[in-house]
Order: sequence, then structure tokens, then C-alpha cells
Amino acid sequence: MVERRPILTFFAHATLILGVVMVALPVYVTLIASTHDQARMLQAPVPLLPGDHFLENLVTVLITGLGASQAAPPVGMMLLNSLVMAVTIATGKIAISILSAYAIVYFRFPLRMTFFWMIFITLMLPVEVRILPTFKVVADLGMLNSYAGLTVPLIASATATFLFRQFFLTVPDELLEAARIDGAGPMRFFVDILLPLSRTSIAALFVIQFIYGWNQYLWPLVITTDESFYTIVMGIARMVNVVDAAARWNQVMLAALLAMVPPVIVVVVMQRQFVKGLVETEK
Amino acid sequence: MIKRVAFDHAWLPYVLVAPQLAITIAFFFWPAGQALFQSVLIEDAFGLSSKFVWFENFERVFGDPNYLNAAGVTAVFASCVTVASLSIGLLFAVMADRVVRARHAYQTFLIWPYAVAPAVAGVLWGFLFNPTVGIISWILKQSGYNWNYLLDGDQAMFLIVLASVWNRVPYNFLFFLAGLQSIPKSLIEAAAIDGAGPGRRFWTIVFPLLSPTAFFLMVVTIIYTFFETFSVVHAVTGGGPGKATEILVFKVYSDSFRALDLGGSAAQSVVLMAIVVSLTVVQFRYIERRVHY
Repeated sequence: MVERRPILTFFAHATLILGVVMVALPVYVTLIASTHDQARMLQAPVPLLPGDHFLENLVTVLITGLGASQAAPPVGMMLLNSLVMAVTIATGKIAISILSAYAIVYFRFPLRMTFFWMIFITLMLPVEVRILPTFKVVADLGMLNSYAGLTVPLIASATATFLFRQFFLTVPDELLEAARIDGAGPMRFFVDILLPLSRTSIAALFVIQFIYGWNQYLWPLVITTDESFYTIVMGIARMVNVVDAAARWNQVMLAALLAMVPPVIVVVVMQRQFVKGLVETEK
Repeated sequence: MIKRVAFDHAWLPYVLVAPQLAITIAFFFWPAGQALFQSVLIEDAFGLSSKFVWFENFERVFGDPNYLNAAGVTAVFASCVTVASLSIGLLFAVMADRVVRARHAYQTFLIWPYAVAPAVAGVLWGFLFNPTVGIISWILKQSGYNWNYLLDGDQAMFLIVLASVWNRVPYNFLFFLAGLQSIPKSLIEAAAIDGAGPGRRFWTIVFPLLSPTAFFLMVVTIIYTFFETFSVVHAVTGGGPGKATEILVFKVYSDSFRALDLGGSAAQSVVLMAIVVSLTVVQFRYIERRVHY
């Protein structure tokens, strides 16, 4: 800092601490709710101190699901579906976009710019705007209620291609010249030189796309009717809308907690890659 | 655009772009084309035949008071979320840029809500404000304020704005912090030597230099409020009470999958696509201009 101003520094800390508390508040109340039994949740002010039913709730939610109403399948299965979806989307996006970026940057061929613009146009058009026609395509292809239907349509996106393109443009030309003098063909150059150089970009993208895939809501909502393909994020919302009658808030909030734990862990553990990926994909 | 040294290969580049192109055509160009096509057709009640009607669907959509209501709701929602999340994000970024000790810890504790799905964020805040079991609504009731977002439209709007802002502040915070850290320290120091206090320095130097970041974040946040917040609305209020929180993208969804009005929902999709495309164009033009100075 340029000068010492203890009052301002104190004010800065106070603001930030207030922010951290505001950010944590709903999660704290959720965590507390998940440690009580159903009877306690029905008495007027909700408890603010932990109870001792956490493990019991955890077992119920993970394995048997939300009891008699059968509004949703066991949370364990939905978590697994979400994991499959997030990992497939993240790896799929990275794989297809690194290949197309490689072709667009390193090859001279007719239609190169056409292909580039075709991918470019998709940059900012989310699936929500064209939901019905996309749903129809997937239905016609017979991909409703399948992992392919959950993931493949979301794999097409321009952001990853752009990130790789920007990165490839910064790789020195001398590397390619040297590789060619040594007799390396295009695939050899890609596998032995470009891929190792792209490691940090790949890691950064993986974090961003994992969160994107995990947090999908509308897409799984419209294309799954079979409970065994429900993902956790859409499953939660379904439970909440049913729960008001059943009032199993302790279990629903535990499920909500479980839905946010994996992506939050990814962000906190891979914070450096996350920040890099976020700032670079949006450039 | 392309490397000075490039490969020439007869078929390899086509093989490399094929997977991405195939998926883009199947799940992007084809559906988008279908939406355009459907938007100028009206199907009969049994879906057996359809006829070309020029812009009748669009006229119907724009003449529909429910659609105009949804547009108004979206405008209120988008501006509340954008203004609130940008200013809170900027406030936290400026404060975090100021502190030396524990900056990294603050960053960690402030950014993780980004990883929480908007729908889950909605569920968390919906629980706090639930009229029967919510702790905040209990406090409000104790102090004599009648809170029930299931009945009061303004309260429902407040709730979804709150959940979306909570979800979105981390993103804006990170970008503002990156922007602040890229401002040369010498500028700030020179101003300090000239006798400008912290407030003066912020408004005359830092804030103008941050304006490109702020503009970028504004566009991105508007796009976020238009689309990604569908899940907040769907999970918390379901567009209600009445139609008080029915945003445009929610109406597309409910007209498509509940009312099964193909032409009307296709016309709405086309309008939304036009909005996104024009926002994107504005943003790219602006970024291009920024490069020149």
C-alpha cells in the first residue's frame, strides 16, 4: 500500500469478514439442518446449533433416498450420474476442441476459415435458447434417458477451442521448424510437443468445464424421465418441490450439501488452475 | 491467425475438425435452423399440417401481455442482479486489494460460491426464507413483518435476486481483483505524492482504468441473468406467485414443454437468440476498440 491508514485497513478487513460471513451463512444453516431429525425441523425457530443425527441422515439419503414419497432416487446414484456427466463433458470438450484448434492453427487447407467461423458463432448461444429444437434432435436420435444424451449435445462449445487457439498462437514457430527438421509428422508433433506444452491450459479448462457439467440443470431436466439418469442438481430441486408436504427438510438440505461439495472441493483445491481457466476462457 | 510455418496435408485437418463440426451441426445449427423455420409456421391442432405465416407468430408473441410481462420481469431482474453483483464484487475486490495480510484466505472464502449450481443456491436461500421453517422469515415474523414469498411477488423477486447475486459475486470479484492488480503501482504512487487521498485516487484513476473490466462483466452478467438463472427461478418460485418471477427464458421453457405452442416458443427462441447475438457483437466491438488505445 502507498500509505498507512489503520482505519481504512480495519474497514477493509471488516468488510471482507462481513462478506465471508454472508457467503457462508446459508451453508451453515444448511449444515445444521442436516444434523437434526425431522421432528426438530418442524418446531418454529430452526436450530442454530448442531444436532446428532448427521450420520443417520447421511445413510438414509445416500442409500434409500427420500423415504416413502419416492420423489427421487437415492442420492448416491444421482451423485454418480452427476460425476459421469461432469467428467464426460469436461474430457470430451477438451479432446474435441484441442484437435480442432490444432487443425485450425497449424494446417493450411481450404474451408479453414469457414470452419473457424462456424465454431466461433456458437460461442455465446446457450442451450436454454434453443431448448425445444435441441430436445427434438436428441429425441429423434433416440438418446433420451442415456448418458450420451446427457453429455454429447453439451460437448459442442467454442470456448475451449478458443482457449487452445490463443495458446497455440503463442507457441514459438521454431518448435515446429525444429520438429520438422528432425522428421516429425503432424501427429508426432502434436503428441510429443504440443500436448505436453498445453498441460496447464488443459488443467485450467478441466476445472471450469467440470463445474459447468456438474451444475447443468435444464438439460437433464428435459431429457431424463427415467429416475436412474437423474443428476443431483436437478434431483434436489425436484425434492424441494415435493418436500413441502412431507417436510423432510433435514434430508433435503443434506442432499443439497452433497450436491455442492464436489465442485466446491474442485475449486478450492485447484484454485490456481480455476482462476487461470476462468480469466482465460472469458477473454 | 495461422502459423507462418504450417502443415499441408490432404485429409488430416478435416479429420481433426470433424468431431467438433459434427456435434456443432447436429446440436447447434440444425436446432437453431429448426427454431427459425418453426417461428414462421403455424401448426394445426393435431400437428398434421403447418402453414407459412410470415411474422404472425412474432406479432402474436409481442401482442401477448404475458410476454410483455415476462420481458418487464426480466428487465427488473437483470438490472437488479447486474447492479448489485457488480458493485458488491467491486467493493470486495477493492478491499481485498488493500489488505496485505490474509488476502489469499479471503479470496478462497469469497470465491467458492461460484462452484455452487444456481439451482442449489436457490434452494439454500429458499430454505432460509421458507415461510414455515426458514430462520430469516421467522425473525422477520417476530419483528412484525409478514414474509411469505409464495404469496407476495415482490418478495419472490427479492429472493431470486438475492440467490443469483450470492452466486454471481465471486465471479465479478475475481475479475475486478485481476483488473486491480494489473493497474501499475506507479500511477497510484504518483497520485499519492500529488496529495490525492484514497477516495480521490479510486474515482479518478482506479475506476476509469477498471471500466473495460466493468463493461465486460456487465455484458457477461446480463447474459447470465437471461439464461443461467432459469434454474433459480424454476427451483425456487416456478415463475410465481402469479407470473411475478416469470423471466423470458422460463416462459420459452413453459410454452415449449407445458403449453406445447411450437410456433410461439420458436419465435421467442429467435428473439432471445437475437438478444444474445447483439450483446456479443456489442462486446466484441468494444473489445476491438479497446485494443487500439
